[in-house]
Amino acid sequence: MHGTRILDEADRLMTVCNSCRYCEGLCAVFPAMEMRRAFSDGDLNYLANLCHSCGACYVDCQFSPPHEFNVNVPKTLSVARAESYAAYAWPRALSGTFARNGLVISIIAALSMAAFILGFAALNDHSVLFGVHTGPGAFYELMPHNAMAALFSAALLYAILALVMSVRAFWRDIGDPIGRADCGSIFQAMRDAGELRYLHGGGVGCYNEDDRPTDRRKLYHHLTFYGFLLCFAATSVATLYHYLLGREAPYPWWDLPVVLGTLGGIGLIVGPVGLFVAKMQRDPELLDEGRYGMDLGFIAMLFLTGLTGMALLILRETAAMGPLLALHLGAVFALFITMPYGKFVHGIYRFVALVRYAQERRGEAGS
Amino acid sequence: MGRKYDVLVIGGGNAALCAAISARRSGASVLVLEGAPKFYRGGNTRHTRNMRCAHDAATEILTGPYTEEEFWEDLLRVTGGQTDEELARHMIRESKDILNWIVEQGVRWQPSLGGTLSLGRTNSFFLGGGRAMLNALYLTAEQLGVEVEYDAEVTDLVIEDGMFLAARVKRSINGETEIRATSLVAAAGGFEANIEWLKQYWGEAADNFLIRGTPYNRGSILKMLLARGVQEVGDPKQCHAVAIDARAPKFDGGIITRHDSVVFGIVVNKHAQRFYDEGEDIWPKRYAIWGRLVAAQPDQIAYIIFDSTVVTSFMPTLFPPIAGQTVAELASKLELDPAALEKTVTEFNAAVRPGTFDHTILDDCRTEGVTPPKTHWARRIETPPFLAYPVRPGITFTYLGTRVTKEARMLMQDGKPSANMFAAGEIMAGNVLGKGYAAGIGMTIGSVFGRIAGREAAKHARNQNS
Ligand SMILES: Cc1cc2nc3c(=O)[nH]c(=O)nc-3n(C[C@H](O)[C@H](O)[C@H](O)COP(=O)(O)OP(=O)(O)OC[C@H]3O[C@@H](n4cnc5c(N)ncnc54)[C@H](O)[C@@H]3O)c2cc1C
Ligand code: HEM
Ligand code: SF4
Ligand code: SF4
Repeated sequence: MHGTRILDEADRLMTVCNSCRYCEGLCAVFPAMEMRRAFSDGDLNYLANLCHSCGACYVDCQFSPPHEFNVNVPKTLSVARAESYAAYAWPRALSGTFARNGLVISIIAALSMAAFILGFAALNDHSVLFGVHTGPGAFYELMPHNAMAALFSAALLYAILALVMSVRAFWRDIGDPIGRADCGSIFQAMRDAGELRYLHGGGVGCYNEDDRPTDRRKLYHHLTFYGFLLCFAATSVATLYHYLLGREAPYPWWDLPVVLGTLGGIGLIVGPVGLFVAKMQRDPELLDEGRYGMDLGFIAMLFLTGLTGMALLILRETAAMGPLLALHLGAVFALFITMPYGKFVHGIYRFVALVRYAQERRGEAGS
Repeated sequence: MGRKYDVLVIGGGNAALCAAISARRSGASVLVLEGAPKFYRGGNTRHTRNMRCAHDAATEILTGPYTEEEFWEDLLRVTGGQTDEELARHMIRESKDILNWIVEQGVRWQPSLGGTLSLGRTNSFFLGGGRAMLNALYLTAEQLGVEVEYDAEVTDLVIEDGMFLAARVKRSINGETEIRATSLVAAAGGFEANIEWLKQYWGEAADNFLIRGTPYNRGSILKMLLARGVQEVGDPKQCHAVAIDARAPKFDGGIITRHDSVVFGIVVNKHAQRFYDEGEDIWPKRYAIWGRLVAAQPDQIAYIIFDSTVVTSFMPTLFPPIAGQTVAELASKLELDPAALEKTVTEFNAAVRPGTFDHTILDDCRTEGVTPPKTHWARRIETPPFLAYPVRPGITFTYLGTRVTKEARMLMQDGKPSANMFAAGEIMAGNVLGKGYAAGIGMTIGSVFGRIAGREAAKHARNQNS
């Protein structure tokens, strides 16, 4: 049938669900399924990435295990989703990084942080690394701004290239007919992603350790997601300050990059911790346990980025600044280059699936 | 012996939970004994998807009004008059408020599901289906302080002169114990999963029946009540049966094993002979007769035969159709006599008259000169691959029950109302539904009479305590 065992299972489940349809009102997956009678690999990968893993269809299903029909949609789609990341990874040679992702991510993170520390130590005097630097340009006494900008731009550009190539393959596989996404659908998907519309169990919240739904995961995800965006905005504003206004970091606490960065940093600390705790408490039946490494690796990377960033902000006028800057830059660098090869891609694939879904809904409404 | 509860509820489905919540909200202490393990809690309610309630105006999820009078006329038609008018009208009146009451208990509605648009005006669908509905009711019950025990099958009832005293319960851990309560609500469903009991009316044929819902509805409570002097109601030989896929499990296959493709082809028995007009009537009526028709065929098996032109005309099915490039090849895969099936199909094709096909109305596509005729939707079966679904009778529920009053109070054989015994749901559905079925009415009976039974049982307990 399909290339993999998990796609065969996803196909079996979608056939069961399509003859049942009780979960139609819970999320986008079931209406999208109903638009099809048979499921290609691309269709299944699309449905897997539409699923937000809220767990409602498991708790509500009369056929979930121990019933002999053994219907577990959230778990099956979780596994399929993770395998789809590997299937569309670019370049193909690196798709293996998804297999032992936790390990890969930790090694890369450790290496980049070590590289920054060693680099700072090798290129600078001992007294510079552990010295107290204040005033504009303080950071750049350790690493010249242009070098920093060049390195990080290169890392980010590579990440973007790899992501674009992967997503292109994904879009081709799920788009039928291969079409360009229209603005309306993209806008709709931005709203759906921005509010996590489908992480809601049909309205009550998502399911965690028992059959009592809560909005906990949604809240922590918002903190993480918007924290990340704020941090990104902070860095972008700072870059503009640097090149357009000629103003050098560090900035005073009330200045825009610092305010954005502080708010974002708090989100990036509290959010991932919340998501981590929620994950540990969740009923393992709902999860792809084989992918803990990937999930935790990503959560840890975000947390580390937030934590080192905040520590840098608080201790930037002390002797700890040098080592902290190295750690923070190492964390951010690792986050960037591993973006296309870790759980970060979930956001992109989900977004693309939501665009496709919005497109399909418009097509239906139009016809 | 442990504490005495105000209200003991036996069962764990819609009727039981509505009764428990309503009794608790009326101030009673309530114990629910559910015979099934936690996962299988809620009997056939787990498999439901909608409920039929009267309403005077369209709502967010219902496309138009469905008046009490219209509901009554529908009920009168499907039962052929075999209903208790006073009780039925009372239920229909109460059903209006159930639409809101059930939402207050945490249940959420959604518009009718894809493929069931014909029910969009009359039936409210549960968001997430029957198990979601049950989860909400259990959550509410527990938050209110109702005690619930699973794996707690009631094995005996102590009843004296129409007065309930105690129930014996078999627990998986503590063995048998006796539980006393001031009032009893029996909401333990019908006896459709009790093959031995079904055999009393259907003979050995019942061995070939498939049970669409829970294996836990064995009718033990019903049997005890009738044996202890409660008046019976409903035709014991009646049961609601539809044709479901023969490959379905013996129990609990639920909604997804159904077939609604009869109108698109022909139906033959194990001798490859047609036996009934496949085009007689439109959904849902045709849906409900095929179970009984198949039950009357040798070995209780039949085959829906159609061709590749119609596969996309009905909902996708759980089990794929069995296919053959020729009618003979299909026949041998079905272990039917190839020559006989070819003959049946050829004769049928020859009898098909030209017409304009429209499966939403009683169209003019019919046969001439073949017995039995196919009076509507008759089209030639000629485009390979030829396809088939094997089907067997799938039993949904039984009609035999306990007679009750408008207060859901059981009536004894001597005509006197019981002091403290109430019934709700399938166990008393026969009062309203002597035969036939209208989609969604099972849940209406459970919710309406469950709510009443709980309230009345609590009232009785309050009067006793004061
Ligand atoms: C596949 C399927 C789909 C259906 N769909 C619909 C629908 O969409 N709408 C509709 O209105 N109706 C539907 N029905 C009918 C509906 O399921 C019943 O009418 C309704 O569930 C009856 O509710 P109840 O509470 O009386 O019984 P149930 O929900 O069957 O509950 C009976 C309970 O009693 C328990 N019990 C039995 N014996 C004992 C004992 N000795 N001790 C303790 N506990 C015991 C059982 O474990 C069970 O929990 C459907 C039925 C099936 C099979
Ligand atoms: C298009 C935008 C996004 C959508 C729709 C989205 C959706 C989701 C959903 C539904 C989950 C829970 C299910 C799962 O574990 O896969 C999740 C988990 C998570 N997301 Fe996002 N996300 C988006 C972007 C982001 C971004 C940009 C970040 C941070 C940089 C982020 C961080 C996380 C984290 C840390 C988890 C927890 C992982 C876990 O528990 O295993 N997400 N996301
Ligand atoms: S998850 Fe279960 S209840 Fe939901 S549509 Fe699928 S089979 Fe039906
Ligand atoms: S887990 Fe939630 S989002 Fe995923 S398919 Fe089920 S209901 Fe939809």
